[in-house]
Amino acid sequence: MNIRLLTIIVMDGTIFAAVLFLLSVGLTLIFGVLRILNVSHGGIYAFGAYMATFLTIKILGVGANPYLSYLMLLAGAIIIGMICGPIIERVFLRRIYGSDQHIQLLLTFSIFLILDDLMKVIWGTKPLFVSEPYTLLGQFSIGGILYSWYQVALIGVSIVFGAALVWMVNGTRFGKIVISVINDREMSQAIGINVNRIFTISFTLGALCAALGGALIAPTIAVVPGFAVDATVLAFAVIAIGGMGSLEGAALGSLIVGLLRALAVHLLPEADLVVVYLAMILVLVVRPEGLFGEAQLRRI
Amino acid sequence: MEQSRRIPVGPILSAVALLAVPLVLPDWMKFIVTLALSKFLAVLAVALFLRAGMVTFGHAMFYAVGAYVVGFSNKLFAYHGILVLLVIGALVGAGVAALIGLIMARYREVFFAMLNLAFSMMLYGAFLKLYWVTGGTDGLGTGLPTFLGYTPARDNLRDVQYYATLVVAGLVIYGVYRFLASPLGYYLKARADNEIRIEYSGESVQRVIYATYVLSGALAAMGGVLAAFTVGHIVPEYAFWIQSGDFVFVAILGGFESVAGPLVGAIAFEFIRTYASKYFPNEWQMVLGIIMLVIILFRPGGIWAIYESLVAKVRRPKGEVAHG
Repeated sequence: MNIRLLTIIVMDGTIFAAVLFLLSVGLTLIFGVLRILNVSHGGIYAFGAYMATFLTIKILGVGANPYLSYLMLLAGAIIIGMICGPIIERVFLRRIYGSDQHIQLLLTFSIFLILDDLMKVIWGTKPLFVSEPYTLLGQFSIGGILYSWYQVALIGVSIVFGAALVWMVNGTRFGKIVISVINDREMSQAIGINVNRIFTISFTLGALCAALGGALIAPTIAVVPGFAVDATVLAFAVIAIGGMGSLEGAALGSLIVGLLRALAVHLLPEADLVVVYLAMILVLVVRPEGLFGEAQLRRI
Repeated sequence: MEQSRRIPVGPILSAVALLAVPLVLPDWMKFIVTLALSKFLAVLAVALFLRAGMVTFGHAMFYAVGAYVVGFSNKLFAYHGILVLLVIGALVGAGVAALIGLIMARYREVFFAMLNLAFSMMLYGAFLKLYWVTGGTDGLGTGLPTFLGYTPARDNLRDVQYYATLVVAGLVIYGVYRFLASPLGYYLKARADNEIRIEYSGESVQRVIYATYVLSGALAAMGGVLAAFTVGHIVPEYAFWIQSGDFVFVAILGGFESVAGPLVGAIAFEFIRTYASKYFPNEWQMVLGIIMLVIILFRPGGIWAIYESLVAKVRRPKGEVAHG
């Protein structure tokens, strides 16, 4: 393999990993605190992408300063996260915390189905596309290949975001409370923690991550119906590899999946998705709890 | 005791109704019921796992395996014997399930659901991208089926096909019923309550799940064979996650506690879909999602549980105890 190809693969892989991280860190956060795999996560991600693109098109349409489009991306993510998060958690998930896991899966799956079509109802089935935020920052070249500074900014944002989350969990009072809820809900309640509130906040935070991931990836792709399910499956693969509920695991998982996918895209394009699933299956066979996960005790 | 002397009115009536379908219903409805009966086999496969408290978002892969057996048989050998292909399809489906099951039997809950999804999406990708073998998005034709060497004329093909499907579905209902009444079937149900106690009683949960997985692979593949001949055309979407999701939905809609629930669900689903896709072509999934949400939150037993509670209400005024 020559150096040039290697550079391309590493760059592409890292950029893809950055987006994957934003997407999957929310999923792992929600799973860590609520112990629910949120199948609708990909739906929120796609919703964020739609809303951000829509707002950006609107603001560029009235001839505003193009740099405002970054603000619009952010606003789209926040709007979707703040709407979807509390509604899904308070109205639906709260009823089924005590239920079996398969009921929880089915419930989030039905929410996923609803979200997936809601986007089509609101924005139609035609692709939405806005490239200004992407082209505005200009380009640079490595080894004759052009990259956009926007892609580098993506990597930066996701590193900063990941660091902020790790700090929040390990370095603040809120983080300590969350860890206590993760370890023992009843005991936390007994010492005066409002567990329901922690659930709502954590879920909303997770939803915000998903929406932000969608909003930031939106300028680099055309937003079309149906990319939500790929997002859910990919995010699951990432956190299954990294260990469900682990922030560091999400980071490592994203890098592995991102690089593998880039490798496959450039060397064996037919196998781009297969490689990701194979990696997930391999990790699960060798280490069922994931690379950073903790083994679960079997309770009688 | 009371139970055994009572004539089973419900089952007899529904059997008569199913037998009478070709005589009364117009052609397009015959088609819908035939398709529903075919898919019912795959739904039954998903329902087996729901009984055990496990969800699979990937059983469309076995359904697709069965359908592609028909497609390849047409493409490579121009052979259309539905009975032989059913057996081959079931064997191939069971074979694939026996392989994947080696991995799958070790996982539960979230992992089981999502690993199945991953495998089915891999298969979907393969069907889509290996176009020189599978025809890619164009898919494969199936040709007209023959029944034990008999080739029906075009105008009674629908009827023959319907009865063939009905017979297969009837045999499968009996087979699955026997499976559920066997020790293995009871262990499967017990898993939903407590897995570790099963192992304390001397049975290996992995073995139970593995056996069920192989059976479910065969069932879904047979459904695929029948559905392929009913529709006459096969596309990679047979293995797509939406198809798997539909199977799960139907099992929830009909109710998975009995063998009859998925049957009722499958027929109801095909009719709902026919009308819903006419009136809400773009909101179809949303309709499904909302129905599923309501059932899960308020009526976890599905249509069948509603029916049973109605029957119980009708019978109680006769001065009987509810459970006979």
